[in-house]
Formats: sequence, C-alpha cells, structure tokens
Amino acid sequence: MISFFIKRLLLLIPVFLAVSLVIFMIVHLVPGDPIDNLVQINSSPEQKAALAAKYGLDKPLYQQYAIWLGNALTGDLGDAIILRRPVSDLIAQNLPHSLSLGALALLFSTVVGIAAGTLAAIYKDSWIDRVTMTLILLGSTVPGFWLGLLLIMLFAVQLGWFPVSGARSWDALVLPVLTIGLGGVALVARVTRVAMMETARKDFVMMLHAKGVPPWQIELRHVLRHALLPVVTILSLRIGWILGGAVTVEFVFARPGLGSLLITSLNQRDYPVVQGALLMLAVAVMLGTLLGDIIQAAMDPRIRERIK
Amino acid sequence: MTLLSVQSISVSIGTLCPLESITFDIGKGEILGLVGESGSGKSLTAMCVMGLLPRIGGTVTKGSIVFDGRELIGLPEIELRRLRGKRIALISQNPMTSLDPIIRIGNQVDQVSILHLGLSAEAARARSLDLIAQLRIPEPAAIHRAYPHQLSGGMKQRIVIAMALAADPDLIVADEPTTALDVTIQAQIIQIMVELVRDRGLALMLITHDMGVVAQACDRVVVLYAGRVAEMNVIGEIFAQPKHPYTRELIRCIPRLGQERGSLKGIPGAVPSIVDYPDGCRFNPRCGDAQELCRNQVPALERKSSGLAACHFSEV
Repeated sequence: MISFFIKRLLLLIPVFLAVSLVIFMIVHLVPGDPIDNLVQINSSPEQKAALAAKYGLDKPLYQQYAIWLGNALTGDLGDAIILRRPVSDLIAQNLPHSLSLGALALLFSTVVGIAAGTLAAIYKDSWIDRVTMTLILLGSTVPGFWLGLLLIMLFAVQLGWFPVSGARSWDALVLPVLTIGLGGVALVARVTRVAMMETARKDFVMMLHAKGVPPWQIELRHVLRHALLPVVTILSLRIGWILGGAVTVEFVFARPGLGSLLITSLNQRDYPVVQGALLMLAVAVMLGTLLGDIIQAAMDPRIRERIK
Repeated sequence: MTLLSVQSISVSIGTLCPLESITFDIGKGEILGLVGESGSGKSLTAMCVMGLLPRIGGTVTKGSIVFDGRELIGLPEIELRRLRGKRIALISQNPMTSLDPIIRIGNQVDQVSILHLGLSAEAARARSLDLIAQLRIPEPAAIHRAYPHQLSGGMKQRIVIAMALAADPDLIVADEPTTALDVTIQAQIIQIMVELVRDRGLALMLITHDMGVVAQACDRVVVLYAGRVAEMNVIGEIFAQPKHPYTRELIRCIPRLGQERGSLKGIPGAVPSIVDYPDGCRFNPRCGDAQELCRNQVPALERKSSGLAACHFSEV
C-alpha cells in the first residue's frame, strides 16, 4: 500500500510539469498586455520596457517559465500586478473559504447522495425510486446560481434563518453548501443507483441469495461496496471542480474564494494571480484524483494487485 | 426415503414456458444426475429448487416441490431464505464470477456458518479452515486470507463447494460445477465433491451435460429435453437399456477410447428454440423413428419395464 502511494505520487510529477507549462503558456497566449494596464497613458517605450524588465517579462519564455516554476516550488508565486501583494498571501486568504465550502459541500453530497442512490436502487421501480429520481433530475438540471438565488429568497429573505451573503459566521456557509451540494447529491445518487443496479445483476449476488444471506445485508455489505468504487471516482474528480468551479455560487453569495479570485484577476489580466490560482487548482485536482485512487485501492484488492 | 420431491412443475418467464411438468425426486444421500443439452431447462430446475426463480423473473405456474415433508411452493421468502444455504445449498456454474471479488475468500466461507449455525467469527473461521483443508487445498490459512482473483478456477470452485458444505446442508444442488473449468481438473473436482457428499450422506442434484460424469458419479438420472422430462432411471439401466431415443443418442455421443478417428458423433439438428417448440414430442424433428403420432401428440411420462420415459414407441 505504501509503495503504491509512493508510485502514484511520483507519477504526479510529470503531470504537474505538463500542467504548469500549460498554465504558464496559456496566460502568454491570451491577447492583451498587462504592462498596458500598469503604465500611465502616453508613457514612453522606455518606461514600458523598464516595467517589463522589473517583472521579468523581457526575458525569453523558457527562462520566464524556469524562474516562475522555481519560485512557485518554494512557495513564491510572485506579486500581484494590480493588487500589489504577494500572490501567496492572496491565495492563503481565499483558500480557507474555498476549502470549508468545498469540504462541507462534498461531505453533504457524499452522504446524502449515497443514501438517496441506495434507497432508489433497493426500492427500484417503486414510488421511493420515482420520487428520488425526479428530485435528482431536478437537482442536476437546475443551475447552481439560480438555485442559490432561490435559496436566498426563501431562507434568507423570507424566513431570515441564514445570512444573505458573506462569510463572516458559520451559518453563512449553510446556503452555499446546499447550493453546491445539491448538484453533487444528484450526481452521486445517480451514479450510486446505476452502479448498485448493475452490481445486483452479477453472479456473485445470486450466489449470496443462494447462501441465504438476508437481502439488506447483500445490498449494504456487498452491492453498495462495489457501487462505491465509481462513486469515489466521480467524487475525487469533483474536488477540483468544487474548489475552482464554485465561482458562480461564490459570486451569488458574495463570498471570497479561489474561484472569485481567479475570475477577478482574469478580468484585470493580473497574470501572476491567475497563474498562482490555476496552479493551486491543478494541484487540488491532482491531489483529489490521488486521494480517489488511494481510497479505491484500499477498497478493491484487484486494483492493489494491478499496481504492484 | 424421499428428501426432495418435484411434482409436475411448470415454469413461466414472461410469456414463455421454459419448463413443463418436470417431475423427479431425490432420496436422502442419493446422487441424482440431471442431464440435457443447453437450453433444456436444467439450470432453471435448479433455480426452482433453490426458490430463486423470482430473482430471474420466473414463476412456478403449476406443481409442487416438497422438501423434507415441507411444500416449498408458496413458502414465504423469509422461510425459503432460512432453507437456502442451510439445508439446500448451491454450487454454481461459474466459480470465476460466483465469489465477491473484493471480499476475502475466508470471510465468504465464514459467512455461511455465522449466518446459519450462529457461530462466532473465530469458530466460523476454524470451521472454514477445516473445510478448506478437506477440499485438499494446500495452506488453508493463506487461502482464507486471499482474495478470489488470486486463486485459479479450480481453487475457486473448491471454495464454492466449501461454502455449500459450510452449514451442513441435506441437499446440494450443483449446477454444472465443472463446465467453466479446465478439462484436466474437471474430474478431480467432481471426485472431491462426490466423495465429500458420500462421506456425509448428503443428497446431491448434479446438473451436467456430460454423460461420462453421470456414469461416474450418479445413482439415478433424469434426462431433460426442451423443458420436459424425457427419461428417468437408475444409472445401470440408463446405460444398459435407454428407453428414450434422445437418451440413446446422448449415450452414443460419449467418445470411447479406441474409437476410429473422425468418428466423433453428435445428435443431428439442434435443441428447438423455446419460442417455437414443435408440437407433439419435442424431440420428433431430430428423432430417426418419429411417426405421425410423435408430431401430433405429446407422449406422457410413463412407467416402462424400469424407470420412466416419455416416448410413444419405446417398446419396453
């Protein structure tokens, strides 16, 4: 198991290099010059060149990449051009908000999604299944920002149970978590249900019935365990999505977070921030899949065998 | 003494009727062979006896199955479940897919005695280790810890047999237990299984399409053809004097040592498809002696000089 972990970790190095190169390049391929944003109108070409030299933008690209990557690995992501603060500070300020929102939303969608999917699979074709699946269909089609607005109108404005926006107290988390989590619930429940129904058709399940094992035990101890394998995969892929893609929800609730930081700095062409935030998200996605792989290996001996 | 008595069972799945008037019985400690080609309804008969028919969408429309004096048809599922694994156990067709791939072998064997005999985890483990050793598997403790994918097909089938024996059942239903295995170990598995069954005085319903296995292992044989019983007799009589032309053909197909090269035989034609069974005797299109009567009238399963057969023209 430990050798598996180390091997998977080493495999991430080339992935990280490739991703970082793309992140570095994308920003240079986008039209628009950040220097133009910085200099005063009517500055001389010499002034512009001086500024470019200050930020290292006059060096060849490969050198810029090497410098940037070297610094990034030591935690120095450069200074924000517009915000004029170290990028690592900006990320450190925003990341906890994204993490708490993402972790809670992920937890919520995991627990509720698996429970709903299991119920729907066990009682398939009954009213329980139909009601659950209808809600799931609704949940997966309603866009997050709109659901967020509805929740604000009902629970914050009408009932006044939770704050409308911000991130000042714990109860400000409830509505954003619900907004992101419900979409996840739908996804997880659907995958759980289908995987359980697929597993239930396998020979070994018939054998369990032939052994006289009670149906609830078959469903929970055997079928669900198998069904969780694909669920772990989609959940691990969702980690990165929640951290970075929750931007519309962050926007609706006026919450700080990596997503809003990324969008703001993209609009301002604040390269160092964009690169830093993207790099953080890429690392989050990589760690997410790593975590997913480890959990799967812990659950399935066949995967452990394949890695050896 | 009769342990299991199956009386004119008919089964329907949707609009199809894959089993019609299946009748046979198994005595205590008896090994009964159930033979027939693919599609003759052997596995379905096994499902009926296990009470697992509803799981594959089938229903018994007619007849009765009495096990140890108790009618199984109409018995609530919870009662059936108490019989399954405890008094009637199944050895399935494909050992490669019959074990849960992510659970240790040992736990899957232990599960049966914990469930049905109320053993503690340690007692169940000891019992499983003992059983695994009896199945002549080297290093039982290592196997107990292993996962299914680490074992060969033959080893897995031994484990499935161990699971079947774990709660000391009275009847074992073995559905083509060696079909999925290499020829080299088929005989070995059958031998071990028959030996254990005989030692314990268990009844065995051995489903196979291999007449060689039948000759080797069984006391009595039921021959199925296209969802009906063609013939039933004790082993000596079946081979010495088959009453049904289909049985004769089956026996003729057994390859013999010293047989001329290129003289391997088959039965001409194929088992009719369930969607259009022929009228009359279902074997008539493949039977060399078929008459007008065979094409029009279903032959009843009648007592002959010995055993039962369903043929208009079996002389004896």
